[in-house]
Amino acid sequence: MNFGVVVFPGSNCDRDMAMVSRDLLGQPTRMVWHEETDISDLDVIVIPGGFSYGDYLRCGAIAQFSPVIQATKAHAAAGKWVLGICNGFQVLTEAGLLPGALVRNRDLHFICDRVTLKVERTGLSWTSAYQPQQVITLPIAHGEGCYYADAETIAELEANHQVVLRYCDATGNPTEAANPNGSLNNIAGICNRQGNVVGMMPHPERASDPALGGIDGLLLFKGLLACV
Amino acid sequence: MTQQNYHAKIYVTLRPSVLDPAGTAVQSGLGHLGYDNVEQIRIGKYIELSITAETQPLAEAQLDRMCDQLLANTVVENYRFELTEIATHPESATAAAGA
Repeated sequence: MNFGVVVFPGSNCDRDMAMVSRDLLGQPTRMVWHEETDISDLDVIVIPGGFSYGDYLRCGAIAQFSPVIQATKAHAAAGKWVLGICNGFQVLTEAGLLPGALVRNRDLHFICDRVTLKVERTGLSWTSAYQPQQVITLPIAHGEGCYYADAETIAELEANHQVVLRYCDATGNPTEAANPNGSLNNIAGICNRQGNVVGMMPHPERASDPALGGIDGLLLFKGLLACV
Repeated sequence: MTQQNYHAKIYVTLRPSVLDPAGTAVQSGLGHLGYDNVEQIRIGKYIELSITAETQPLAEAQLDRMCDQLLANTVVENYRFELTEIATHPESATAAAGA
């Protein structure tokens, strides 16, 4: 599979992501500058973490108008794969590719930690390598990761099984104490109705190399590769 | 067609249903200073800009679009703006033309 990793001014997880797809998984991977308009050679486009355009105004607000995001919209509409990690998730919501918004963490702090998450949606290509309701551990690193959407949107997400990852305790219960940032319904990651576009605040690319202490994130990419 | 300059003051505020932890923290700070009669602090954004348009309704329509597209995220924020006409001085216009 051909992977592309978007590079905005201010992206800082782009090379970590390329390290996973190119070096750990052996997939052709190229960096995609934010001014690029042609990504037709790619099967997967990843919007990485960081602080695109300095996150001025709001996280992801300026990035949504970049040429590469217009190309990403066409890529998504064609049913190809899109993954937004952390700032990438914020960009996808600002661009309208995923519903809702990410706002300031409940306790105001930037959180850099490892959290336990339940894989709620395993029918997707993205999550095909996980067991249903599997509890995994991934790093988070964000100041604006509190997922918000109006009650109607939340109900729709739940009804359509678009919640992919939920913050939970070690036994898989989505408790208030296990919710690091105040996200509604403990939501950590969602997908669009078609399931080809996924956004998540946790960092799977930082939990893919055994040298870094965990490989729960690698299964996300392995699952996708196994489905094509 | 004559163009007119307007000054816009744009207020972007969190929708009432969205929690404002920063506002809560500031309220608690004011409480520590003894201002225990303060409630419902909400922190928003204030944006100023000047805009040129033929008429005020045209400027307002454009500002509406700017707010919807970029300045506010209407999933979590509301916005309102005030527009005032900036008087153009004939002398300064002449000076600018001469420059």
